Amino acid sequence: MSAGALVSGLSVRKIRSRWVWLILAAAWLALYLAFHGTSTLPLSASSTTSVQNNLNSFNNNISNGRNSNPVFLYGVNYVQVGMTHFVSFLQSLISQPGFGRPAPLIGWLGVIAIVGFVSWLTAGWKYAVLGVVGFYILGLQGLWQESMDTLALTIAAVLIAVVIGVPLGIWIGLHDRAQHIVLPVLGFLQTMPSFVYLAPLTLLFLIGNASATIATLIFAIPPVIRLTDHGIRAVAEPTIEASDSLGSTTWQKLVKVLLPMSRRTIVLGINQTMMAALSMVTIAALISAPGLGQVVIDALQTLDVGTAFNGGLAIVVMAIVLDRTTSAVGERSQQVGGRHLLGPQARRLAFGAGAVVTLWAVVESAMYVWANTFPSSPTIGPAIVAGASNASNWVQSTFSGITVGLRNDVTIAFLNPLQSMLTNAPFWLVILGLCAIAMIIGNARVAIVTLISLLLIVGTGVWQDAMQTLAMTIVATVLTLIIGIAVGVWMGRNRQVDRFIRPILDAFQVMPAFVYLVPFLALFGASRFTAIIAAMAFAIPVVVKVVADGIHGVPAPAIEAATAAGSSTWQLITRVQLPLATRSLALAANQGLIYVLSMVVVGGMVGAGALGYDVYSGFVQAPLFGKGLAAGLAIVLLGVVLDHISQSAANRIDPSRH
Amino acid sequence: MSGSMTPPTARLAPDGRAGDLEAPDDEGLLRVRDLWKVFGKRAAEIQGSQDLRALSRRELIDQTGCTAAVRDVSFDVAVGEVFVIMGLSGSGKSTLVRCLTRLIEPTGGSIEFDQSDLLQVDHKQLREVRRRQVSMVFQQFGLLPHRSVVSNVAYGLEIRGAGKAERVARAHEMIELVGLSGYENSFPHQLSGGMQQRVGLARALAVDPKMMLFDEPFSALDPLIRRDMQAEVIRLHHEMGKTMVFVTHDLSEALKLGDRILIMRDGEAIQLGTGDELVGAPADDYVRDFVRDVPRQDVLTLRWLAQPAKPGEDLGGLALSQHTLVRDAIRPVLESSSRVRVMDKDRLVGLVGREEILAILTSDQK
Amino acid sequence: MSHNRRRLSQVAAGTGAVALLVAGCGGARVGASTGPGAGGAAAGNLRCGQINLAMNDWVGYTADGAVYSYVAEHSMGCTVKQIPLAEQVSWQGFSTGQVDLILENWGHADLAKKYITQQKVAVDLGANGNIGQIGWFVPPWMVTKYPGILDWKNLNKYASLFKTSESGGQGELLDGDPSYVTNDAALVKNLHLNYKVVVGGSEAALITSFRQAQTHKTPLLAYFYSPQWFLSEVDLKKVSLPKYTPGCDANLKTITCDYPTDQLNKVAATAFATKNPAGFLLAKAFNWTNQDQDVVAKYIAEDKMTPAAAAAKWVKANRTIVNNWLLGIPGAKPL
Ligand SMILES: Nc1ncnc2c1ncn2[C@@H]1O[C@H](COP(=O)(O)OP(=O)(O)OP(=O)(O)O)[C@@H](O)[C@H]1O
Ligand SMILES: [Mg+2]
Repeated sequence: MSAGALVSGLSVRKIRSRWVWLILAAAWLALYLAFHGTSTLPLSASSTTSVQNNLNSFNNNISNGRNSNPVFLYGVNYVQVGMTHFVSFLQSLISQPGFGRPAPLIGWLGVIAIVGFVSWLTAGWKYAVLGVVGFYILGLQGLWQESMDTLALTIAAVLIAVVIGVPLGIWIGLHDRAQHIVLPVLGFLQTMPSFVYLAPLTLLFLIGNASATIATLIFAIPPVIRLTDHGIRAVAEPTIEASDSLGSTTWQKLVKVLLPMSRRTIVLGINQTMMAALSMVTIAALISAPGLGQVVIDALQTLDVGTAFNGGLAIVVMAIVLDRTTSAVGERSQQVGGRHLLGPQARRLAFGAGAVVTLWAVVESAMYVWANTFPSSPTIGPAIVAGASNASNWVQSTFSGITVGLRNDVTIAFLNPLQSMLTNAPFWLVILGLCAIAMIIGNARVAIVTLISLLLIVGTGVWQDAMQTLAMTIVATVLTLIIGIAVGVWMGRNRQVDRFIRPILDAFQVMPAFVYLVPFLALFGASRFTAIIAAMAFAIPVVVKVVADGIHGVPAPAIEAATAAGSSTWQLITRVQLPLATRSLALAANQGLIYVLSMVVVGGMVGAGALGYDVYSGFVQAPLFGKGLAAGLAIVLLGVVLDHISQSAANRIDPSRH
Repeated sequence: MSGSMTPPTARLAPDGRAGDLEAPDDEGLLRVRDLWKVFGKRAAEIQGSQDLRALSRRELIDQTGCTAAVRDVSFDVAVGEVFVIMGLSGSGKSTLVRCLTRLIEPTGGSIEFDQSDLLQVDHKQLREVRRRQVSMVFQQFGLLPHRSVVSNVAYGLEIRGAGKAERVARAHEMIELVGLSGYENSFPHQLSGGMQQRVGLARALAVDPKMMLFDEPFSALDPLIRRDMQAEVIRLHHEMGKTMVFVTHDLSEALKLGDRILIMRDGEAIQLGTGDELVGAPADDYVRDFVRDVPRQDVLTLRWLAQPAKPGEDLGGLALSQHTLVRDAIRPVLESSSRVRVMDKDRLVGLVGREEILAILTSDQK
Repeated sequence: MSHNRRRLSQVAAGTGAVALLVAGCGGARVGASTGPGAGGAAAGNLRCGQINLAMNDWVGYTADGAVYSYVAEHSMGCTVKQIPLAEQVSWQGFSTGQVDLILENWGHADLAKKYITQQKVAVDLGANGNIGQIGWFVPPWMVTKYPGILDWKNLNKYASLFKTSESGGQGELLDGDPSYVTNDAALVKNLHLNYKVVVGGSEAALITSFRQAQTHKTPLLAYFYSPQWFLSEVDLKKVSLPKYTPGCDANLKTITCDYPTDQLNKVAATAFATKNPAGFLLAKAFNWTNQDQDVVAKYIAEDKMTPAAAAAKWVKANRTIVNNWLLGIPGAKPL
């Protein structure tokens, strides 16, 4: 289909459905005017419903059975002990005293050498340099030991995630029915705010590394499962058939065809799991996970933005090294028979030399203090701390006048009307409206999913809070899309810009939100708008990337043709590039929604109230556990609704599906 | 088309089944009977119900949501024969050829290969058949992108547990056979489509199968390379004499390669016969449509044109075998003063004159 | 292939030998006793083992923990393992046996009931000397500009000052972290105040708001409490509510009085007394004033000292207080 035909096809459909929209909107408004203020299902901050109380006593029963229940005695407790030992073992290797020594077995020199050598072997010399420099910076920041604690925990979580996730991914990749069961569970794990299960986890697996690892695992394991599944399913059918036709057994097919051919995707999954694990570092610190998260949380107590930033920056540096290196490994496993700079003989020699140096560094770092404990000078830590806090102070004092005005405008013009409409309308009217939207954009199935999810939210007892959160989510997503698309288009059209902006986006995605909350609070006060801004800071990077990739992927002939016809830049963007990248825009909207939603709890800490506050309350106050869990479920359910509606919008636009 | 031709042996029996099932000689390697493949949740139910089986494919989809991709197909393939399956897209060719080694599990019927019923054997035995007896070449090549050419070719041997030295030696032999020497250590993505399919061919040959299956192996290739590859298959068939079942939707390919051709439509076998039988006596309009563009002088033999002698006609003219292609008979017939005798060995089949030849030539012109 | 592999293993073996040789020359060896303190602790370990101290995440608590740890380590040779934890999780630690001690507990009647009364895994160790005072505060600049603002009766008069985007036309009363005890919603209602309680959600939200309010001279009325290190940065002024009388806060529905002054207390695991008598006795004796805590908290929060250094500095200046704690503990050496 030609581009023109596609675009005009879309607009025909648009015109036809415009009437439907108008009529439905009018009907909805009429009902709203007639019934607003009734059946709004309010619930005050400290009250709970019976469902929530039941959730509470369920939690109590579990915790009371800790030492008598066989599930604990023979299952959970062993898992706890095993995990604890595993993590302690890794810690004694690189971060903590152990093996009867007052210092870790491998000191900084050894770790850096290993990082360099392994990256060289698996990813190439550029990545070796990146790894060495990156890790050395961690030391210079004065955060060597904390970084190694974080690394140990991340490695533990990622290894376990791989051991569980890859086989599970293979299994669901081969069995449709298993996939239908597992995928929704993964979605659930990813959207359920971790604050909900943090406290119960410490009851099950005790305070410490086991709980921290499991909390990280829960959040981080979905990508490796999803992508393994995806990789297995993406292996070309003819190849599998060819292997079958030659009489391969299932096992042979798996190890000789499916796994090698999906290796790149699986590595990508491991990469994403690793990033997710790193993003849990600060939250896991709340249940005593050691490392960089602790630095950030401690600094937050005294609102020490500089120190928090230093800690956050270390997380970013580590993330960049791990991300780039594992991505490169993935890329590399794709290109077979690539060219090498050196001949095989020279290469063997070089690797031999590398091995010698690495081994020397490891042994040296095990034996001598200078190579074991990172020297306290030179250091860049204090400079970073001072720089960040000065920058933060400057921003706070310079912009706070403007920012409050901005907050008020957006709140009054958009947020308040939307919120009061959603919270004042009877719950059934809201459900009706959303189901109608789901029906029009998607189909009956989407509408039914929407209906069930919303009814379940009613059941959780936090309907009004859910509506407040929904209003904030919508406003945040719209703002995110406006900015994200603008920047994304800019980036997509200009590779130079892309190269410059992309690392900043990456940094924002891994920088713990706690680091920038204080400046945001200073600029916007404790308010819903601050929560919206925090969510935007987290969601914009992903939207920008998706849009940029979409714009970049617009076929060159279409652009050439339009340019040849004399289009202006603006016409080129609005008439050709954006329409042809609609699929990416829809995907960006979907991702934007999900990312915004994942910041709801953080929003609850800066004045957003609603579901985020409920979840956080459940974490800090035992009697509110049930309510927190209910609010967590409501977040998941909102996620399901928004995800389904936005996905079906994306599919509707996508000409290749129906 | 003129209906004046006298169709010889191959014809559809009145009940709609292909009449001439038997292979030319009795050494049938493959014997397929009443084969059915129904896709969909209710496949088993359909297999058991005469009423449902009697429905057309369209009706069946409407009523049950199931697709009958192969319906009641029977045929034999002889040792050394090249058996071609033809039909429009969606007619069930791929499904049928995959059913032969149960890459797709048939829903009913029987497949007797080398005296054993493949539908009865267990998975282990089936695997042995796939490893040693029957191999396949695919339209999309199905090469392993992460392995070199040698290792791709040796894959079948590797899977059945052959030692490394043995399989590498055999792989090199096969690579040489398909003319890829020098590319042993290349990777698939470094080769052109035609070369990749040579690798696919070598891989299928490497296991030294009794029978080879081809599913439109050359339709992803451009016409010139396709012609090379067809020549290659003909050469290999001459050299090694393998039995082949060859799926294509290209009639000229079918005619070039096939000893016999099975025409399918909507899962059913419509007609089975040699090339000249299909062209000379199409069973119905579907087949007729199929063969419409074939230059008939290149396919038909004189026996299709032979007319009974008129009373008192001169029978002293030139004699030609009934298997002579029309193409080759044009000049002698046109130059001959009387009608030419068409002979089956010593028996007179009939006479062919200018009129008949010119009729063929003019119809080819259109 | 196998040929290559053999080569590599030879290389590796060679590498090992070379590395060991090269590593022969270096500086100080790991394990050769380096820092002070390591030896002292070993000798004292006989009397006092490890103490698992929950560290809640506010600076006042960090000060408590630092001083307790300093004294336990230096006077009795204990090893204190500081476990950073949220409050509720700390209490859970009593039931799982992972936490021995909480040094500064703010009420939490529900947790006390569950773990002290019902499960009997924890015991109340009495007051730690700090007096917790919750209340409504305004930044100091407002006091001079708006006379009478510290009296709740005038709050309605000034309500429009406190209007924000969050308060929907009423004045805003900013609340903090959900773990704080709060009667604010009921008070606003029962005192007929034209205010709306807005949940800030965290201590960071409260402090940042006050800081901005003081620097930019913007109005703010918010829930706050002492002891708190921030009070030494900005001297917030408390609004007086109707006077607290015992029992006036019994019914949350009808409450109209100010918050009580809370005796902050220490809570220990029941097993702590037998497991580590020395640590237990020190915990029981630990007692200091709000001023004391504020000093240490200020060292940490504003002077950016490490908690351990801040504790050392305070202990040196307050030997008498500390030695008083140690009086009844057999084997404790005065500092
Ligand atoms: N796995 C399947 N599930 C359901 N229906 C199928 C499946 N595979 C094939 N079919 C259906 O069976 C019919 C025959 O398909 P088949 O692939 O055998 O046709 P074909 O003759 O090989 O066509 P082509 O020339 O396009 O390759 C088609 O209608 C197809 O839609
Ligand atoms: Mg096919």
